[in-house]
Amino acid sequence: MDITSLTILELRQKLAAGALRPREIVDQLADRVTAVDSKLKAYLHLDLDKSRAEADAANITLPLGGIPIAVKDVINVKGAPCTCASKILQGYTAPYDATVIRKLREAGAVLFGRTNMDEFAMGSSTENSSWGVTRNPWDLDRIPGGSSGGSAAAVAGHEAFAALGTDTGGSIRQPAALCSCVGLKPTYGRVSRYGLVAFASSLDQIGVFTKTVEEAALLLEIIAGYDPLDNTSIDRPVPKYTAALGRGVRGLRLGVPKEYFVDGMDPEVEKAIRTAIDEYKKQGAEIVEISLPHTQYAVAVYYIIATAECSANLARFDGVRYGKRAQNPKDILDMYGRTRAEGFGAEVKRRIILGTYVLSSGYYDAYYNRAQKVRQLIGEDFRLAFEKCDALLTPTSPTPAFKIGERTADPLQMYLADIFTIAVNLAGICGVSIPCGFTSNKLPIGLQIIGPKWGEETMLRVAHAFEQATPWHKEKPPL
Amino acid sequence: MTDFFKNNLNMMAIAPLPATDYEAVIGLEVHVQLKTNTKMFCSCLNEFGGATNSHTCPVCLGLPGVLPVPNEEAIVKTVLTGEMLGCQIATRCKFDRKNYFYPDMPKNYQISQYDEPLCLGGAVTLDLLAYPKDVQKNESTVIDKPVRLVRIHLEEDVAKSFHFDDGTSGIDFNRAGTPLMEIVSEADMSTPEEAFAYLSALKQILIYGGVSDADMEKGQMRCDVNVSIRPKGQKEFGTKCELKNLNSISGVRRALKYEIARQIDVITSGGSIEQQTRRWDDDKGETTLMRTKEKAHDYRYFPDPDIQPVRTDHGLYDQAIKEMPELPKAKKARLVQQFGVTTYQAGVLASDAALADYFEKAAAPKPANGSAVANFLLNDFLATTTGDETLPKVAPEFFAELAELAGSGQINSKQAKEVFAQMIATGKSPAALVKELGLAQVSDVGALEAFCDQAIAANPKSVADFKAGKQNAVNALKGQVMKLSKGTANPQLVGEILIKKLSA
Amino acid sequence: MPDTSSDRIDVTYVADLARLRLSPEETAVFQKQLGDVLGYVDQLAQVDVSHVSLLGDADLKNRLRADEVRPSLPVAEALANAPRQDNNLFVVPKIID
Ligand SMILES: [Mg+2]
Ligand SMILES: [Zn+2]
Repeated sequence: MDITSLTILELRQKLAAGALRPREIVDQLADRVTAVDSKLKAYLHLDLDKSRAEADAANITLPLGGIPIAVKDVINVKGAPCTCASKILQGYTAPYDATVIRKLREAGAVLFGRTNMDEFAMGSSTENSSWGVTRNPWDLDRIPGGSSGGSAAAVAGHEAFAALGTDTGGSIRQPAALCSCVGLKPTYGRVSRYGLVAFASSLDQIGVFTKTVEEAALLLEIIAGYDPLDNTSIDRPVPKYTAALGRGVRGLRLGVPKEYFVDGMDPEVEKAIRTAIDEYKKQGAEIVEISLPHTQYAVAVYYIIATAECSANLARFDGVRYGKRAQNPKDILDMYGRTRAEGFGAEVKRRIILGTYVLSSGYYDAYYNRAQKVRQLIGEDFRLAFEKCDALLTPTSPTPAFKIGERTADPLQMYLADIFTIAVNLAGICGVSIPCGFTSNKLPIGLQIIGPKWGEETMLRVAHAFEQATPWHKEKPPL
Repeated sequence: MTDFFKNNLNMMAIAPLPATDYEAVIGLEVHVQLKTNTKMFCSCLNEFGGATNSHTCPVCLGLPGVLPVPNEEAIVKTVLTGEMLGCQIATRCKFDRKNYFYPDMPKNYQISQYDEPLCLGGAVTLDLLAYPKDVQKNESTVIDKPVRLVRIHLEEDVAKSFHFDDGTSGIDFNRAGTPLMEIVSEADMSTPEEAFAYLSALKQILIYGGVSDADMEKGQMRCDVNVSIRPKGQKEFGTKCELKNLNSISGVRRALKYEIARQIDVITSGGSIEQQTRRWDDDKGETTLMRTKEKAHDYRYFPDPDIQPVRTDHGLYDQAIKEMPELPKAKKARLVQQFGVTTYQAGVLASDAALADYFEKAAAPKPANGSAVANFLLNDFLATTTGDETLPKVAPEFFAELAELAGSGQINSKQAKEVFAQMIATGKSPAALVKELGLAQVSDVGALEAFCDQAIAANPKSVADFKAGKQNAVNALKGQVMKLSKGTANPQLVGEILIKKLSA
Repeated sequence: MPDTSSDRIDVTYVADLARLRLSPEETAVFQKQLGDVLGYVDQLAQVDVSHVSLLGDADLKNRLRADEVRPSLPVAEALANAPRQDNNLFVVPKIID
């Protein structure tokens, strides 16, 4: 029996029935990794002995008892490495668990492997990893998206049942779309960031990759909630997200923002999204046209705010307390300058420099302060939109997965890959990408469903209704 | 002020005036460690000392992935400080990141407050007793001068570094992340003595509020001094120098005295002041150049996205008000009223919260003895004590007992002084000492009558003088009785017995 | 907004602020790329933000930490990741003021 294609819910049934033991799940998953990860390169580290030990000790009566979960290498797990795919964190061992990891453990999950990513989550292709590119399971010459490309490829390639990722500007939704799996970014403040190595603090949010919407709802129930260790997490009850599913979309109003259907969008992507919209119409939803007038500024705002925050967040990587230190430093400045020059990759350096610049004396008002104000306007756009509808339907990415190396020389073109996902982070609202078809050469296309702040229930309900009526999530890549 | 303007000021200052025609302009930036249980943004113990790096956690080590959560008590204590100093308390404040690289700073940014500090304005009043003792009587001492504050904000302290001979430094992060209040004054002071008084008065208030122990020697209060000189009457400031390494309040006074003289000397000998950071060497008694004005820091302040803005009007302000202590001025008035001490005594007592507390404990059993207790405390103890002791090592109850022994006539004032000295020296109780030294005043009428008869018999001249109307003659007889009793007789009773006998 | 030429950002100066020692080649590449990015973000100048306030969030609720001590890391764990240590101190090249 090949169990790697099963969902978490199917595994739980088998575990409960005594037809499967947690140890067998880990073993079969390990076999699958051995078989395909030399092609995909989704994982950075595996500690199979530890995962097996956790499986042996698992309490299967817990909500995730005995279920292996992969974790993006940007979230601290006590006793494990956490490199953020950066050379600067080579050798670092985390002395503490992130809050989401504590919650997963408390729910009985088995931690399984650390997934590849763009260095410090900066990128849209996973090409910025210091440890090599992750490949798209549907076409090994193409990128899996990013920055959580390893998590997306692992789940889509059935090397993981589910994986944690992080989404700062689309880093969960975009790779989910490009690899054909479910990728959920919760409302800002819904999930604790404690233990997540910060890229851009006001935008980062931990979320999940799964094969199906129901699994995403289940995982969110477990990792969400207020955390006294994260001052930006919000004290608000966690709904039973799984209970919101299965109610259909009849009576719901779904908005289609006209600014998200622009010239330059891949025609096959546009066609798949239009087809999805028709499906919702067919199911009884009311489709309304919406305007989000400040959409065009989102990428610019993002690259000011995210880089400004990252320039400070990454200042701590200096070779003093942990991680890499340059050899034989002459003095403290030499140590800083060389440690950081040798430890960070090009994209990280680029963003640190841009962020340092927009905060520097004389430029703060023109860039950072103005960007914050435009960010408010973007948030206001969504607030007004959600007065007219319950959720928004958009493409997740303007194009399917591009070829490895295709955009590396032109950072600006790369930045524009996130054009449909970034505004959701700026507004602090929630979004999910689900499979909604394939191009003629079998590259996945994702549908993005956007909900208002704390609107995860409706958003998941909408996603689930589409998934139940379409076959896309059942397709398996030809590995 | 722009650099351009400063540079031109320098050039304008070429015509030197006599040294006495200059005045100093002094402003202080004081950093105060708050007395909280835990650090500013994590739950590590906030404690001076401790084994190196034993009070650290992922947060205060700045490990990847950690987040700061502000300490409520630190905010309350800062609001309380602002309230005691008459500041405007912000209803909303936020924390900002101040970016610069330094190995003692775990994140390479300091969480501080930039444009929305907790407290704005306010003042420290330089009362007489805050000045150095040797200038308290000078006419030029400006009493009750208010030194205005610019602001008070809250931030985190940095780690401690140790420098080794092999060209390395070692860092202990125990202090990293402990709560630090920065109190910035206006440049309202013009003499080293005023700076001294400012720090003394500020320290007094901080101790009053239980906000900090504010001991400069222990680094609990640290200050940077900005000083410039200008011709008297000129409005514009001269180029300032910043003084560092000031480890005591009197050190600040000495450093300023030196530095002002140095600057005047530079100007009067035709030079100009260069903007510098200078280091005070207390042993040599001089300031030396640390660095000249480097390229301006670019701290790239921006709001810390990890920390929500704080609303003081949501309970924090009310909590601070609850912790508001009785302030020196009110305490002074109450001590006069409640214990009958003089205004001066009350002032000295109230200038030191711990001393005032001690006094109140000693005077509480019998408020009528307050003045006597104050005398023992201020004249016998404080005036004679040497070194750093500011409080007697004995229990306040001993002062109460001593005052009662003296006040009720059980010992006389001379004996009381002896008992006091022994009490301080040995730590024994006054009652025990009176017994041990055989000092109990004789009030037994029978015994005293015998001494009186002896004295009358031996001094017929005094007896005759008294009978002739010289009332004072009785004093001579009284002296005799005291001598006969080796000082143990109750003088008041002796007087009464003598008069009775002589008038009979 | 500053002028739109691609050398309006002084990459050398900014990299120094950020303590990144770039090679001349990297500096040149970044100079061009970041110039492009800055040109792109210039469009923000068109947005009317005169009525936007950044004070926001009226539902602000204080979420502060009670002043209660929790255990620190054992010293050995605190120092476990140190690139260089001695006598329980993190050791770095000499700090000069
Ligand atoms: Mg400061
Ligand atoms: Zn700590």
